Amino acid sequence: MRAAVIVFPGSNCDTDAAAAWERATGGRADLVWHEARSLGAAEAVILPGGFAHGDYLRCGALCRFSPIMAAVAAAAAEGLPVLGICNGFQILCEAGLLPGALARNAGLSFRCETVSLRVENAATAWTAGCRPGQVLRLPIAHGEGRYWLPPAELAELQERGGVVLRYAAPEGNPNGSLDDIAGICSPGGNVVGLMPHPERAVEALLGGEDGAAILRSVLARRPGAPRREAASRA
Amino acid sequence: MASYLGAVEIHLRPGALDPQGQAVGAGLRALGHGGVSEVRVGKHVRVRLEAADAAAARAELERMCGELLANPVLETFTVTLLPDPPGSGRD
Repeated sequence: MRAAVIVFPGSNCDTDAAAAWERATGGRADLVWHEARSLGAAEAVILPGGFAHGDYLRCGALCRFSPIMAAVAAAAAEGLPVLGICNGFQILCEAGLLPGALARNAGLSFRCETVSLRVENAATAWTAGCRPGQVLRLPIAHGEGRYWLPPAELAELQERGGVVLRYAAPEGNPNGSLDDIAGICSPGGNVVGLMPHPERAVEALLGGEDGAAILRSVLARRPGAPRREAASRA
Repeated sequence: MASYLGAVEIHLRPGALDPQGQAVGAGLRALGHGGVSEVRVGKHVRVRLEAADAAAARAELERMCGELLANPVLETFTVTLLPDPPGSGRD
């Protein structure tokens, strides 16, 4: 399966994301510059971590003006798996492809450590290879990862299974995010945003392989899930 | 059409946690400003734009805030039209 890894000016986890995809899935990952207007033959899209557009105005705020975002939005609407990692999660929220926003961490720290995450929804495109309740160990590295949503919208998010990952014991919530939320999904379950870095956990030698389970999830075809014909990619 | 100078102030919603403001407040108190109880840090954006009149300029600035300058999930904003600075050629 082929993935497109979007590269914005200031993205810095793109080559890791591409390498992790290839290592975890055996498929090919293409780096796609933000000025491109097509995702090529990609069947999955990854928005990697970093400081896209310098975090100017707000993290991820200016990315919606990048030409590639029209293709990303179209892919999301078509049901393709779209994964936003850390800055990528911020970008998806600012672009309106996911609800809510990521605010500055509670406390005064940039949190850079490995945390435990509980899979709350194992039916999304990016957690289909996990079990409900499974605990994953993934690195985080962020100063603005505190997920927030107005209370009325939070209830709706929870009820539709929009909470995909929560911070879990023993480390607990590192940034004060609402309801310990670490990752969420769109109503269709194909767009997922998470603050932790699965692409930094695909080699046991470097600390763990739990991230591979997230990336490999898209290979698990669900009955009735849309599958794009590569040749029809505009 | 005339030229207007808009001043936009963007702040976190009242009651929203402002860790940056807390850090700045602690710094001020450490400098001896013991009476400081709360600090909120926001953004100030100045926009020069052409508009038919002041009301149109204000309305367009408010749209800009809703569309881009502020994130409505987390932030509120105020819009003010500023007089042009002395010597700018527009005063």
